[in-house]
Amino acid sequence: MSPVPATRPQKRKKPANSAAPDPQLARQCLYYMSLMREVEDRIERKLYRQGKIVGGVYVGRGQEAIPVGSALAAQPQDVLFPSHRDMAVFFVRKVPLGRIFAQYMGRQGGLTRGRDGNMHMGDLSANIVSIISALAATVPVAAGAALALRYKGIDGVAFSYFGDGSTSRGDWHEGVNFAAVQKLPVVFICNNNQYAYSTPLNLQMAVANVADRGPAYGIPAEIVDGNDVLAVYAAAQRAARHARSGNGPYLLECKTFRMTGHSAHDAAHYVPQGLFDEWGKLDPITRLEAAILAAGWEDEAGLERARAAVHAEVDEAVAWAENSPFPDAASLTDGVYESQ
Amino acid sequence: MPTTYLEAIRQGLWEEMERDPNVFLLGEDIGVYGGAFKVTAGFYEHFGEKRVVDTPISEGAIVGAAIGAGLMGLRPVAEMQFADFISCGFDQIVNFAAKCRYRWNAAVPIVVRAPSGGGVHGGPFHSQNPEMWFVKTPGLKVVCPATAYDAKGLIKSAIRDNDPVIFFEHKALYRRIKEELPSEDFTVPIGKAKVVREGRDLTIVTYGAMLWTALEAAGQLAEEGASVEVVDLRTLLPLDRQTVCDSVRKTSKVLLLHEDTRTAGMAGELAVSITESVFEYLDAPIVRVTAPDTPVPYSPPLEDAFLPNSEKVLEKSRWLLRW
Repeated sequence: MSPVPATRPQKRKKPANSAAPDPQLARQCLYYMSLMREVEDRIERKLYRQGKIVGGVYVGRGQEAIPVGSALAAQPQDVLFPSHRDMAVFFVRKVPLGRIFAQYMGRQGGLTRGRDGNMHMGDLSANIVSIISALAATVPVAAGAALALRYKGIDGVAFSYFGDGSTSRGDWHEGVNFAAVQKLPVVFICNNNQYAYSTPLNLQMAVANVADRGPAYGIPAEIVDGNDVLAVYAAAQRAARHARSGNGPYLLECKTFRMTGHSAHDAAHYVPQGLFDEWGKLDPITRLEAAILAAGWEDEAGLERARAAVHAEVDEAVAWAENSPFPDAASLTDGVYESQ
Repeated sequence: MPTTYLEAIRQGLWEEMERDPNVFLLGEDIGVYGGAFKVTAGFYEHFGEKRVVDTPISEGAIVGAAIGAGLMGLRPVAEMQFADFISCGFDQIVNFAAKCRYRWNAAVPIVVRAPSGGGVHGGPFHSQNPEMWFVKTPGLKVVCPATAYDAKGLIKSAIRDNDPVIFFEHKALYRRIKEELPSEDFTVPIGKAKVVREGRDLTIVTYGAMLWTALEAAGQLAEEGASVEVVDLRTLLPLDRQTVCDSVRKTSKVLLLHEDTRTAGMAGELAVSITESVFEYLDAPIVRVTAPDTPVPYSPPLEDAFLPNSEKVLEKSRWLLRW
């Protein structure tokens, strides 16, 4: 089978954002998406090239609407399981920005204190569970967290994030099936960016949509425009309401496109250039800014001030991380067990 | 009344569930059916479906869900129907559970129970001893009780432990051994070996069902005039090298015995540990008796040849004692 290029964006009747107008929410969404874009740009295009990021870099450029819209729809007691292109989940949960830069730079101040890099981080005090590198492994873990929430009588939902490629793994199917059988409060959020490393969707699965897998497990599934942050927010709210009401899990497929290679070292020559151009026109930040301007909630000067504020916040965080020391080699064997 | 090894595990689980409402069980056929080996018979009726969760045939989901519940502060005990099937949950155990604390300081207080071992004519998929797959994984604790007392004390310690514990229970011991247990609450510490029989001339280090083989051989050797010390490791990770080395310092001869296959088995690790620490006390080569490097065969003549037994231990012991 010859690799067929990924799909072009669907023609939309309404290019603007679809949810009910809420200027406060729109500003919040814009802030978190801009922050994620700026943080990842700084990581990939500055710090990585300066040799200050010691390992790989995987960004979610162009996909910011998915973590932002969904995490904003979550309640504080909800437990979030972000994948590797969902950095904004950490911002929404108020994890200090400096600690995230320190994480990428292998510093003591990172969330894993230099034991792991990039998005392999979690913070239970913020109800965020760390991914591991074998994708989809967090899917049954999220089901278990949902089971624990119900067990303890907590009105919470687990948000399980993954990409299109993850849905090929056994853990994904085992986790979704277990959650469905147990009617657990889980929202499964697929970031379908159409490529798993270099592998396009048609070599990943024989169904047209990840959402098509939902009915096979007896759970509702919905496709949403993953580049429309307010649409993602509204859909995540619907999904969470369903799960929180004791109706079991809900599968949300957010259609988007990976606007980069798999990682900073991948030039993505296998992606037809035309697709980058077409999807680039649907950039979620540009679209939301246009919608905000059109609604008259902000003028161009106001947007510029917001961008400058994000820049300054990121400058400060980078400086904090650069001042964080590397971990002491003498701590190498600490923390394998609770007591040693 | 004497308590069997199986009943000891059952009591340990039951008492911990009565003691701590955060303890719950999940696994295949453990609820209404009571488990393939009936370890959890009666639990569903007493504790209800919330705390005794029958799952689909999904070892990855069972272990994964246990990890998720553990991260949220519960104390799940997951049952693998047979230890052999733990390979289906391998990634969850070795990449997720084992590394959480080291990577991001998150506790995963789970127990994975794994009925293991041969001698029950289970064949290649129902008889394995996969403990060394996990001993190679820092962050896990690996427990292999040999007696009813230790099985009860260690399952209770495993449940109370804040790190992930793989609990290998030997199927051949389930109903074959029994002993009087104290009526009061007791635990056995994880990470501590035990000198089960004292001796002067030779140390046999072993664990799991092979403890009984070692004791049988030691009894025979006593009749032949040799004084044999038997050390039961009880926990393989973290490994109690101190107790082993102390015994070798005393006897100067050591035989390492396990039912697991030979290459990269626990005997190899122990042999190096002994030479690193107490080489000058050795009066003879370190000897091992293990299963050969084959799958566990089904037919009785083949399985009998596969499993170590007291004859094989006696032969090697006599050779060592002649040094």
